Amino acid sequence: MESVLVRYRNLIILVLALFVQVLGLAVQVKRNDAENTRLIRIWVVDAVTPFERVVVWSQTGIGNVWHNYLNLRGVRAENRQLREQIEQMRLQEVRLNEDAAQARRLQALFAFKEQYIQKTVAAQVIGACGSDVSQCLYIDKGSNAGLKPDMAVITGAGIVGKVLLVYPSSAQVLLINDQSSGVGVILEKSRLQGVLRGTPSGETVIERVMSDEQVEPGETVTTSGGDQIFPKGLPVGTVSKVAPGKDLFLNIRLRPAANLSRLEEVLVITEKQERQAVADDQTHQRAADILAQRLPSVPEKPSAPPTPVTQTAKPATLPAQPPAKPLITATPAPTQATAKQQDSTGDTKPQ
Amino acid sequence: MPITYTSGEQVEVYRFSVPVTVGVPLVALILQAFLPRRIGFFSLFDLPLLVTIFFAMARRKPTAGLLTGAIIGLAQDALGPKPIGMFGIAKTLVGFVASSLGARIDVENAGARFLLTLAFYLLHGAAYFAVARFLVNDTHSWSWSTGVLGGLANATLGVGVYFLLDKLKQRT
Repeated sequence: MESVLVRYRNLIILVLALFVQVLGLAVQVKRNDAENTRLIRIWVVDAVTPFERVVVWSQTGIGNVWHNYLNLRGVRAENRQLREQIEQMRLQEVRLNEDAAQARRLQALFAFKEQYIQKTVAAQVIGACGSDVSQCLYIDKGSNAGLKPDMAVITGAGIVGKVLLVYPSSAQVLLINDQSSGVGVILEKSRLQGVLRGTPSGETVIERVMSDEQVEPGETVTTSGGDQIFPKGLPVGTVSKVAPGKDLFLNIRLRPAANLSRLEEVLVITEKQERQAVADDQTHQRAADILAQRLPSVPEKPSAPPTPVTQTAKPATLPAQPPAKPLITATPAPTQATAKQQDSTGDTKPQ
Repeated sequence: MPITYTSGEQVEVYRFSVPVTVGVPLVALILQAFLPRRIGFFSLFDLPLLVTIFFAMARRKPTAGLLTGAIIGLAQDALGPKPIGMFGIAKTLVGFVASSLGARIDVENAGARFLLTLAFYLLHGAAYFAVARFLVNDTHSWSWSTGVLGGLANATLGVGVYFLLDKLKQRT
């Protein structure tokens, strides 16, 4: 027996090592939470991220010195160009503000509830997950900065992913192009809703859109808010390719709005507020009034001045516009009964 | 002078100092986590796997090889979002096979290292795929073209990396 153990010592150790790891995997998969492995993850992340933090910090410092103090060629021309752009954007802004105010008024009328981004935390990307089978990254902010799991991560260009695991001074972000991610999206033009998922090769596709729907490449896609992570209306990307998929669904490939492979800074939405849209202006307008402003209307009738009922009611004193309705002519002096039928303006109602 | 035949007694066994044993895998993990964000194509490489293969082949002891693979693999798992143990199991197998082969055949010349690294890369990919598919029920897919391309890229890089790491070897 002893000789067998000695002879197959290496093989027995291999089987033991594999068995322990398989057992560990089984426990994790069954419980489906990351809490049991949190300690191992903290050790490794604490060992790896400080180096990345230092490298990113020094890289940013050198970059800042170069860009802010040394490499200033063409800045004046760019400044002039940007000023012109600002002027144009101001004009656009005025028009957009009017549209937005009107949209808010209408939303308020229909009691829409919206999620607003209340507070964000800026974070720097310090590393990735260390393998090509998962699309995730590490940021330099963690629970000390108020981050929690399932918070949305965005850039100015579009959505990036969600916070998966949070450590004291760093956090792991699952990107939208990871196979296990899922984002509720809506196609802007066709208003079709779907689920955005990642593929093994790191691309993004929209699932659950029926093959009989019309989707064009180039169509913009935004968040639908249905996943309860991303607020509604954030840019996601544009449709790059549409092809028939399996099971009666379309295979819609998407080009993400945010450049997921070259992220440096991101924003984590730490606070969302759900509130009812409120109209900007103080006066309460009725829906009918707002719709009436939009609808083509019949020109108003010119108001007739209160004219006493006379024998000859020729509008001699009136300006060029003739009255729409002829005044009563050759009418006998009003009796008490007919006088009651006259309204306050002096118009006589037909009998 | 490296010995190129298969007698267990005649094959040179190397050892490494503690800073090298700890530092090299740590540097590999840091670079693996850091470089793909800066250099897109770097995600094709698996530095922790190359380090596992190197240590396992140089030590030529199956127990040391499999433990090296297990520790490096588990650390790599801890950096990712998936359950811990997927890379651990794959690299344990690679460490065991690499050290077993290292004790039997010549692993000192560049050609043998290239072919072995290519084979180990494919073994690692197959083991990871099996674990993901059958133990974790993950939707990990396997592509031969990506596997072979990745294997060739890693084997090429591996030859250079092993050449650098050879300088850190200490003879027993």
